[in-house]
Amino acid sequence: MIRYVLGRLTSLIISLIVASIVIFAVIEVIPGDPAAFMLGINARPDTIAALRAEMGLDQSVVARYFDWVTGLLRGDFGQSWTYKTPVAELIADRIWVSLPLAIYALALSTIIAFPAGIYAASRRGGAGDVTIMGATQLGVAIPNFWFAMILVLIFAINLRWFSAGGFPGWDNPLQAIKALTLPAIALALPQAAILARVMRSSLLDMLGEDFIRTARAKGLSARQALWKHAVRNALIPVLTIIGLQFSFLLAGGIIIEQVFFLPGLGRLIFQSISARDLIVVESVVMLLVFTVIMVNFLVDLAYAAVDPRLRTKS
Amino acid sequence: MHHFKTLAASTAIVLCASGALAQDSITVAIQLEPPNLDPTGGAAQAIDSVLYANVFEGLTRFDADGAIIRGLAQSWDISDDGLVYTFNLAAGVTFHDGTTMDAEDVKFSLDRARAEDSTNAQKGLFAGITDVTVIDPLTVQVTLDQPNGNFLFNMAWGDAVIVAPESIENIASNPIGTGPFTFTDWVQGDRLELTRNPDYWGPAPALESATFRFISDPTAAFAAVMAEDVDAFVGFPAPENLPQFEADPRFQVLVGNTEGETILSTNNKMPPFDDVRVRKALAHAIDRQAIIDGAMFGYGTPIGTHFAPHNPDYVDLLANSQYDPELARSLLAEAGFADGFTTTLKLPPPSYARRGGEIIASQLRAVGIETEITNLEWAQWIEEVFTNKDFGLSIVSHTEPMDIGIYANPDYYFQYDNPEFQELMETLNATTDPAMRSNLLAQAQAIISEDYVNGYLFELAVATVAKAGLQGLWVNQPTAAVDLTGVSWSN
Repeated sequence: MIRYVLGRLTSLIISLIVASIVIFAVIEVIPGDPAAFMLGINARPDTIAALRAEMGLDQSVVARYFDWVTGLLRGDFGQSWTYKTPVAELIADRIWVSLPLAIYALALSTIIAFPAGIYAASRRGGAGDVTIMGATQLGVAIPNFWFAMILVLIFAINLRWFSAGGFPGWDNPLQAIKALTLPAIALALPQAAILARVMRSSLLDMLGEDFIRTARAKGLSARQALWKHAVRNALIPVLTIIGLQFSFLLAGGIIIEQVFFLPGLGRLIFQSISARDLIVVESVVMLLVFTVIMVNFLVDLAYAAVDPRLRTKS
Repeated sequence: MHHFKTLAASTAIVLCASGALAQDSITVAIQLEPPNLDPTGGAAQAIDSVLYANVFEGLTRFDADGAIIRGLAQSWDISDDGLVYTFNLAAGVTFHDGTTMDAEDVKFSLDRARAEDSTNAQKGLFAGITDVTVIDPLTVQVTLDQPNGNFLFNMAWGDAVIVAPESIENIASNPIGTGPFTFTDWVQGDRLELTRNPDYWGPAPALESATFRFISDPTAAFAAVMAEDVDAFVGFPAPENLPQFEADPRFQVLVGNTEGETILSTNNKMPPFDDVRVRKALAHAIDRQAIIDGAMFGYGTPIGTHFAPHNPDYVDLLANSQYDPELARSLLAEAGFADGFTTTLKLPPPSYARRGGEIIASQLRAVGIETEITNLEWAQWIEEVFTNKDFGLSIVSHTEPMDIGIYANPDYYFQYDNPEFQELMETLNATTDPAMRSNLLAQAQAIISEDYVNGYLFELAVATVAKAGLQGLWVNQPTAAVDLTGVSWSN
């Protein structure tokens, strides 16, 4: 077990080192000088040089990489060039928009997808199944930013039930949840469509398995067999998809955050790239990569906990 | 019954009170968020949009029409040789942190801006200053190395505002100025809040508080105004929506002018554009009105030189660049390009460039010039086009006020090198007599118009959409500013 964990840990560390080099290198080669961008077209060359020195850009790439990495190891994400505040503070503010939005959207998509998928599978080939599958086709095909605009048009401009965008902060939780509702729906529906389709096909696979026939032979009704045996087993691939969707929702809200002008992580990355605030981009992307790698590491450990073969092998 | 009356009365009071509360605050949207809040340390216009005249003040300032009026300097004397400016400062002015604003702060601000390690984006504004001397707490003397007719104008820029040594360290996140509004809060990515400064030295503004919101997406901008999430949108990004707002009694639409000369920037050192006949052909190949109608939905004023049409010194030189594709083709043939040529057209993000670029490309194609369009982000544009001069053509709006002087810099990205023009600009800078200045400016406009340095397209318009009851907003943008000092709600 110890050898297994050590092995996983080594690969975790190597992954992080490689990721940090790749992220730094890729972001550094984006054309555009951050100092020249900040000072605009009337700036004098000596002014740009002075700002480059202030930002530490006059050092070599290697020196700046080690500065950045050693900072990260100490938990110091660096200082944003444009905002002139610590990157950690920027991330801390933004995560409280992006994370609740992702959770909200995931909850909505699950609430919609489970009943829809189960119902469709239990009525395979029937009118209900055809209707739901048709609707999910539409849900997968509709781009979520377009759907977001339609939601704004109906619920913000015509009915005036919601604001068209913005985020009032968590001082008033009800207002905050209300402000995240339209963005969460816009994010959730396409995800729900995918999830419902996975749920349905996974259930249909299970319904063809021997253990369902056995259950029916024991005297369970089709409905009892479905709920007691098929649904639980069908959940495994569905949970995998949910996990993937969550990281997509967390990092993938960029466009939705633009449409609803929400101050989330996606908008931070978007603004920082166009402003060439490279240190912010590097640190935020590194944080996301770190999260994913850590989750994988924990999953590996969990596999080992449930599957003894992994522990004893090698 | 008595109870009912009391209830009715108190309800009325509450209603009035809430009505009154709503009437002295405002939510203003602009497109871009300021990257930080230091107007003396970056070029981003959004910094001035939020802070100019609201939080920070300079010695002089622009008014709504672009005229230079008194700011913290209540009066000034100029020595006969034009070299020494003596400013008399307003008395009783304090910064928002309670410290006194006096001549020492003026000296600090100007010396800091012109220092060797200064990161002021408009350091050139301070280039002629040789000395700043404190005479007494309310008098400061600025000495120049040569007369500068633009000096009072230069001091009105947002980059020349007066800051204090006590608060300079955190200015980027906690701006401390002398203006009628104090900075209260900034939720980065979302909004910024200002509150009325109770200790303001000048006339108190009507508004108690103001919230700025930052909405870059044109569709989101439309939705925010229609849903009445914002009271005003200054610099509304989608001109195609303006007729709809004009037809809606809830809103008013203000269309004004800016200092943005939008030009087809031309690389004067790169063949074939080093031949004036080719540049002249470009000028005649362009149908300005078609670009204004197609790219800007009719908002904008055609120009024939690099100068703002609303400026009293403007000379109408459109006749030099009349739309005449036949003439353009014959000029190209004369220059040896009867079969045309291919060049690059590098476009920055604003819609005037992206939409305008497509139209210009098709107009140029009609006279035989093929363009390869590349869309660039601003940071890339500054590197490729502006710094490395790696371009044939580009489209950009030069938004700095009175910037004809850029044509005197042979290293400027369009690389126009004309000693006659450079000499003229030096004479202009050293001239303070208004009539002589007008005359010199007219000559300058004619030279660059007849040299067809760039394709002069149109003066950028700015649209503000506001609720019908809002008054006192600037219609024009003589400098990037959302000056709230004169804004109020009508009842």
